[in-house]
Amino acid sequence: MSSRYRAPFASDGPAPIDATIARRLLTLALSRGGDYADLFFEYHVSGSYAYDEGILKAAGRAVALGLGVRVMKGDATGYAYVEDLSAEAMERAARTAAQIADGGGAPTPHALAPVARAERYPIGMLSLDVAGLEKRALLERADRAARAEDPRIIRVDASLHEELREILVATSDGRMVVDRQPLLRFGVRAIAEEDGKRQSGSSGGGGRLGLEYFDRHAPETHAREAVRQAIAMLDARPAPAGELPVVLAPGDSGILLHEAVGHGLEADFNRKGTSNYSGRIGEKVASDLCTVVDDASLVGSRGSINVDDEGNMPEAALLIEAGILRGYMQDRHSAAVLGAPLTGNGRRESFRSHPMPRMTNTLLMVGSDAPEDIIRSVDRGVYARKFGGGQVDISNGDFVFSLTEGYLIENGVLTAPLKGVNLIGNGPEVMRRVVMLGHDLETSDGIWTCGKEGQSVPVGVGCPTVKISSVTVGGTEIA
Amino acid sequence: MSELEIKDDARLEQLLDLGERVVRRARDRGADVAEASVRDGSHLTVNVRMRKPELVEEAGSRSLGLRVMLGQQVGISHTSDLSEHGMGSLVDDAIELARLAQPDPFVGPPEAELLSAADDHPDLDLHDPEMGALGAGDALRRAEEAEAAAFDHDKRITNSEGASMTRAEGASALVTSGGFRGVTKGTYASLVVRPLADDDSGKKRRDHHWTARRHLARLEPGRDVGEEAARRTLRKLGARKIDTQEVAVVFDPDAGRSILGLLAACVNGAAIWKRSSYLVGREGTRVATELVTVSDDPLIPGAPGSRPYDGEGLASRRTVVVDKGVLQTYLLDCYAARKLERSSTASAARGASGSVAPTTTNFVLQPGNMTREALLHDTPRALYVTEMMGFGFNPVTGDFSRGASGFWLEGGELLFPVSEVTISLNLDDLLSRIDAVADDLDLRTATATPTFRVSSMTVAGR
Repeated sequence: MSSRYRAPFASDGPAPIDATIARRLLTLALSRGGDYADLFFEYHVSGSYAYDEGILKAAGRAVALGLGVRVMKGDATGYAYVEDLSAEAMERAARTAAQIADGGGAPTPHALAPVARAERYPIGMLSLDVAGLEKRALLERADRAARAEDPRIIRVDASLHEELREILVATSDGRMVVDRQPLLRFGVRAIAEEDGKRQSGSSGGGGRLGLEYFDRHAPETHAREAVRQAIAMLDARPAPAGELPVVLAPGDSGILLHEAVGHGLEADFNRKGTSNYSGRIGEKVASDLCTVVDDASLVGSRGSINVDDEGNMPEAALLIEAGILRGYMQDRHSAAVLGAPLTGNGRRESFRSHPMPRMTNTLLMVGSDAPEDIIRSVDRGVYARKFGGGQVDISNGDFVFSLTEGYLIENGVLTAPLKGVNLIGNGPEVMRRVVMLGHDLETSDGIWTCGKEGQSVPVGVGCPTVKISSVTVGGTEIA
Repeated sequence: MSELEIKDDARLEQLLDLGERVVRRARDRGADVAEASVRDGSHLTVNVRMRKPELVEEAGSRSLGLRVMLGQQVGISHTSDLSEHGMGSLVDDAIELARLAQPDPFVGPPEAELLSAADDHPDLDLHDPEMGALGAGDALRRAEEAEAAAFDHDKRITNSEGASMTRAEGASALVTSGGFRGVTKGTYASLVVRPLADDDSGKKRRDHHWTARRHLARLEPGRDVGEEAARRTLRKLGARKIDTQEVAVVFDPDAGRSILGLLAACVNGAAIWKRSSYLVGREGTRVATELVTVSDDPLIPGAPGSRPYDGEGLASRRTVVVDKGVLQTYLLDCYAARKLERSSTASAARGASGSVAPTTTNFVLQPGNMTREALLHDTPRALYVTEMMGFGFNPVTGDFSRGASGFWLEGGELLFPVSEVTISLNLDDLLSRIDAVADDLDLRTATATPTFRVSSMTVAGR
């Protein structure tokens, strides 16, 4: 399909990179005796639109183009990148990365052959190619809907962020693969004020989609959801402090799983023996109810990829099956060291960074309980509905995640909304305390970004309603 | 003048020229106002793990950011493609997007009389000419030595997330159609060691220690960094939860600066006009105890957040934000100043994307009169926090709740390590309960505090 945005290095671009050029660079990269080398070409365009105080206040666009060259020798990695795709600059990057190896024979890279791949983001038209006025109109609709919803709303801002990431990966073991990855994110934030109290609410979504996203998720829906939250929170009361049962709402609560077990199952930590899940394949690490997969294949989801940033093909990786640890998420380096099959989880933020094992869409699979029964089973606890994010200490599994919308459960019924609060727990312990699981699996709408060692990548999460028998709730009210 | 410096000056001129070409092009295309920022930098990062090289990364990068105004409509663009074609697209994009944006009466360039002249830009000792001489081999040796010091310090250090050394060097120019021309260069180096130790319980414990300076020679010696990292990791062995309770909390400088960062977000002028801060309408009122004086000072020589001029070309100046507990001012760029009918505090930062917003520079809680040791001895019992996790802060209300780890402090001694608890209190209350501030300020980071104590917070644990 025709697009104003096309990588210069694409086969139909102004300066195509073909197998001959790629192989010449790979030869140079291995010239000092490296075991393996790869090239990562990236063309990245993003657009952002900020609607605020009833007008489109600012619009921006950014373009980045570059090549990252990686050379591996044993456990060591040499990495270099350039932002200039002249022959001279690309060769300089290859030579710089090559220096990690110091001598020995220079292996010849395999002949490059294109690799077939899946198509998981069948978009209509790239959002970047759509006229700006159309996007402005979507933001306007959200703004208007939020203001009309409740007179206590004093501020609304809405934003739309669109990306195209076009990549070409070529490896010394003979793979050459291209991908064009679109990404869209829409968000609305509303602030409500009443009797001197102010609260905010937000809602957003997106994925690897074009503007057809809005056919199923109208801007007005996000606007009303943001308002609903802000208004509900005006009555928020201090959250309890201490250990309590917690029920997680389906969907975004998967972020707990992402922190509690996901990161600990990324293979680099296990290769290094720095994760509390290291060397525990086949062991019981969660309650029988828990089956966890990392699934890059969900069509249009924010975390999905056709190909990882090392040129490998991700499928659904089974991580935990009925409580038993089955496998890790691998990148090339870790898979080689651990002697494990590749899972296609080698991702990187951009050509400026080397790949690491990363999650795509991490899901806790469905159970058999009715969500109503799960809530009804709790005498006194917390119902967790919306989250701000989380963090984990890989070494021991301690994690936190912050609740932006939560409710007290009293005698099996949701009662008062609670002020923002953190939950803290230990991953393996919490996973053993999963005592009920709903039949209502939901995947998050596309809002999540995961950070690791300074690199951000888009991810998806998902889970059904979950009951955890006890988690430490970090409120201010001591019972 | 050495040959190296001459080459450097030529490079700075080049950045200015590039900026001027972009501004001219944007003006030719009809922009009423055009502001171009040009960056050029390089870095080297090496990691050593288990005494072996793990990563050597070297790269250089350049980029151009552009903000244009058509009347009171703003468009922004950014590119890493500095070819003629790339620059052409940069200008076209910004103009196209400015046409799409809607008029905002508060938009405009800084008033001409506010702009600083190049002659007024102080030398802030931000650049170490020796930095570029540090090669990958040297850096690997330094990292290896630092990690080895951690292993050699104690047999219980059994694993490591590695030692990492980074040096970075960069220059940036800002050219505006209003007549501002500025160029600045800086360097930065850091060394960090991350050891791991195993608990009896089988849990792994990690901590780290690091040093960072703008000058290579001012870094702490690698062996000291490694040994301190080992000590910090070992003292965490056997960490446990404590009971849920109300108790005093002492923040060490690493944890303390996260707290100060929350205040920074709430005194930011953009948060104020967006009514997204609990400090809206609080100027001139008490927001903390008398022990709390917070300044934002971009003029500290050699400090990480220093700069000679702000992102809009205004001369840098020191701003006292909180004076003995009383909020003096918000931090403002020209836009926030117009929105709030005040004057800019020269706090504008020009982000990587080309957008402009207020930010802090060196944002510092001023040291008190007591030593850290005296503060600990003066504290009967408290949770001593060295690290926090998570994102539990709502700037609109000030509600704060985060995961924490550290030590149980009693009778002046750190008795045992604590983990897996949360600490909670509204930030407004937290600042109003600061009852001791020590004198151990170290400007390793642009936002920095000495050790300080909060008389009471809710700690949730068992």
